[in-house]
Amino acid sequence: MLLRTKLHGKTYEFPDIRLLMGKANEEKSGDQLAGVAALSAAERIAARLVLAEVPLWALRENPAMPYEQDEVTRVIQDAVDETVYSEIKGWTVGELREWLLADSTSEENIRRVSNGLTSEIVAAVTKLMSNLDLIYAAHKIHVTAHCANTIGAPGTLASRLQPNHPTDLPEAIRAEIYEGLSYGAGDSVIGINPSDDSYSSVSRLLDMTYDVIKTWQIPTQNCVLAHVTTQMKCLQSGSPVGLVFQSISGSQKGCESFGISVGMLDEAYELAKKHCVPAGPNFMYFETGQGSALSADAHNGWDQLTLEARNYGLAKRYHPFQVNTVVGFIGPEYLYDARQIQRAGLEDHFMGKLSGVPMGVDACYTNHARADQNSIENLAVLLTAAGCNYFMAIPMGDDSMLSYQTTSYHDTPSLRQLFNARPAAEFEAWLDSIGLMKNGVLTELAGDPTFFLKRGAG
Amino acid sequence: MDELRINEIVAAVLRELESQGLLPTTSVPTSPASVPGTSAAIPVAKPPRMDVGQLNIDLPDPALEAQRYLPRVHNPKDPAALKELIACTPARIGVGRSGPRTRTASLLLFQGDHAITQDALYRDVDQKLLDDYSLFSVQTNVTEGKEQYLLRPDLGRQLSEDAKKTLAQRCVRNPNVQLVVGDGLSASAIESNLRLIMPVLLQGFQSAGLTVGTPFFVKYCRVGVMNDIGDLLQPEVLILLIGERPGLGRAESMSAYMGYKPHAGNNDADRDVICNIFEKGGTNPMEAGAFIVQFAQKMRQYQASGVKLKLAAK
Repeated sequence: MLLRTKLHGKTYEFPDIRLLMGKANEEKSGDQLAGVAALSAAERIAARLVLAEVPLWALRENPAMPYEQDEVTRVIQDAVDETVYSEIKGWTVGELREWLLADSTSEENIRRVSNGLTSEIVAAVTKLMSNLDLIYAAHKIHVTAHCANTIGAPGTLASRLQPNHPTDLPEAIRAEIYEGLSYGAGDSVIGINPSDDSYSSVSRLLDMTYDVIKTWQIPTQNCVLAHVTTQMKCLQSGSPVGLVFQSISGSQKGCESFGISVGMLDEAYELAKKHCVPAGPNFMYFETGQGSALSADAHNGWDQLTLEARNYGLAKRYHPFQVNTVVGFIGPEYLYDARQIQRAGLEDHFMGKLSGVPMGVDACYTNHARADQNSIENLAVLLTAAGCNYFMAIPMGDDSMLSYQTTSYHDTPSLRQLFNARPAAEFEAWLDSIGLMKNGVLTELAGDPTFFLKRGAG
Repeated sequence: MDELRINEIVAAVLRELESQGLLPTTSVPTSPASVPGTSAAIPVAKPPRMDVGQLNIDLPDPALEAQRYLPRVHNPKDPAALKELIACTPARIGVGRSGPRTRTASLLLFQGDHAITQDALYRDVDQKLLDDYSLFSVQTNVTEGKEQYLLRPDLGRQLSEDAKKTLAQRCVRNPNVQLVVGDGLSASAIESNLRLIMPVLLQGFQSAGLTVGTPFFVKYCRVGVMNDIGDLLQPEVLILLIGERPGLGRAESMSAYMGYKPHAGNNDADRDVICNIFEKGGTNPMEAGAFIVQFAQKMRQYQASGVKLKLAAK
C-alpha cells in the first residue's frame, strides 16, 4: 500500500488507511488526544488529497474494527446492499463527494446508494466536505419516520421537550412540560433524562408523561432515557412507553462500556414493537456523540469521526424514529471550542442522513468548553438550513439535571419562523386546535404554562 | 461625489434623526443650500434638554433568589399558579417571551450566570488565601496553562518532577491523614469554602487524635493526582479538596475526594467523594468537614475506601 502525495513541494506519506483517515479530519482536540491528528495544516490537506483518490472498496475492506472481532462491524457490513455496492465500489471518495453534490443526483439516487455504503465510506466523504457542502448535501436528504406522529417531513422542524429535574420530582417535571408545550415544543418526544435509573422512578415518570399526553390528546410520544434494560422491564410490566432509548457507541467495546450489546438492542427492539403505545412502525431513539468511544478507550486507534459514523450504521438496524448527536456534551478534551463543536454538529447530522437515519442534533456545550449560547444558536441556524429534524427544547437552554446548556424552548419557534418551517403536521394540527398556534406562528396564549392547568391535569 | 450632494445626504440623515427624536438638539448647523426647495433651515422647537448627570441606575442583583424567580409571562392565565409552578423547580420556567425570543431580563441573567462560570474556570486561586493556611504550591505536569489543563486531563493527574522533589523535602511521611487542596475546574469553589472547612478539619483531626501531614496546594489539579501523592507520602487517608466543573450560575461548588492508602492504578471505584459542597443549598462546608473527619476514621477502621469500604462495612 502506498499513500503519498506532494503539496507545495513537500512530500507527505501515510502508512495506512487508519492514519490517513485521522489526519484528513478538521482539527479536533480528541483526535490530537488519540494521536491520529495531522501535525500541520498542510499535512491535513495532503491527507485529504490522498483520501480523495482512495476507492470505496479500500474503505470497505479496512473497517475500524475487524469483522471477526467486532459485532458493530458485522452489523454494518452485513447490511450492505451488494448490488448497489458492486456498482459503486470503484468510485473514489472524491467522486462520491461530487456525485452527492451534483444537481443531477436526486434524493432517490442518494437513498439507493446509501444502502451500499459502509460507515467508513460515509466518514471518508465527510472529511472532504466543507461546512457548506455538509449543509447543502444534508439538505437534499429527508429521512422521515412515524411513531405517534411524523418526523422529518420537508418543511418541518420538531423539538424534543426535555423537562429534566435534579431529583426527578414529578410535579416539577410536569411544570416544565407545561411550559414547553406552551411554546409548541415536544413533537419529537417528551423525553426525560432521569437522575434515578430505578424501575420504580422510571415507571412513575412514564405514567406521568403519558397522563399528560392522554389528558391533552397530544399526538406525540413519551420516553424516559434510562438504561435500556430498565425500559425493557417497564415495557414488560405494562408501563406506557412511546420510544425506547439508548446511548450507543461505534464499537463493540464502546457498547460494552454502556452495558449494551447488539443482542440486547435486538431484544429491546422486539419488545418495543410488541409493547409500545403509539402506532409506529418506528419506536427506537438513539443518542451518539463524537469522542464516546475514545473516552472508553474503545476506538482501536481510529479517529472520532469514523467511530461516530459507525453509530449511525448500528442505529439503522433498528429503524429508529429519531437519532441525535449530543455534540458538545463530551467536553473540551474531544471538541475544544465553538468552532470544533459546530463542525462536528454539521458532520454528524450529514453522516446520519447519508446513513439513512432520521437525524436531530442536541446543539450544546459544557461550561468548561470555549463556547457559549451564541455559538450554539449559530449552529442551530446552520442545522435548520441543513434540514435537521429536531432540536432539544429546555427551559432557557439550561439543563438543571445534566449541567450543560443546549437550545431553549424559545429557539425552535424562532427557527420555524425564520425558515418558514412548521411543527410535525399532526402536532401542528393539535396546537391549532387548542389555540396555541395559528398559521405556524405562536398565538398570544403561547408561552404561558398555566394554560395547561385548566383540564385539571395538575 | 460633489460637495453639494454630500451636503444633501447629511441634511437628510439629520432630518431623519431629528424626526425620530435621536438628535438631542437642533443646533447642528445645516447649510440652507442643502435643503432643496427651501431658502432657510426649517425652525424646529427645542426639546427639553436632558441632563445625563441626572441619570441614576442602581440595580439589585438579578442573581438573588427574589429577582431570579420573578414571573415574567405577559398576561398569564393564572398568575398565582404561575408563581407556584416557578417555585417547584430550579428550571428557568415562567420566563415569558418577546415574539418567539426571550425577554431581556432572562437573557441577561443567563449570560451573567454563564459569565461567572467562565471567570471561575480561567482564574487562579487567590494567593493570599493559600498563604493564610500556609499552603505552599506545587504543580502537575501541566506546564502551558489552563488551555493545556483542559485539553490534557492525563497531565493533570501526574505530579511534576519538581513537585515530587518539593514534597519529598517539605512534607512529613506516613501521616494518619494528608490534606491536599487543588484548583480543579473552579478557583471560586476553593475561595468560597476553604476558610469554612479548614478549621473544622484541622480541629476535628486533632480531637480524634490523628496526625495530619503537611498540607499543600496543587495547581492544575485532577483527582487522579491522588495516586502520585499517595505513592510519595504514604498517608493512611488522603483527602483532596478540589473545585468542581462550574454549573450555570454556580461556580462555588467543591468536592472532597478521599482514598485509603492511594497508589498508582487506583481509580474512582477506590475513592469516596462528597460533592456539591457549598453554602446555601449544597452540603454546608462546615458540616462536610465534620463528615470528612468521621469518614476518615471509618476508612482507618476498615482499612479500605470506595467500593471495598462499602463491602467491608456491610
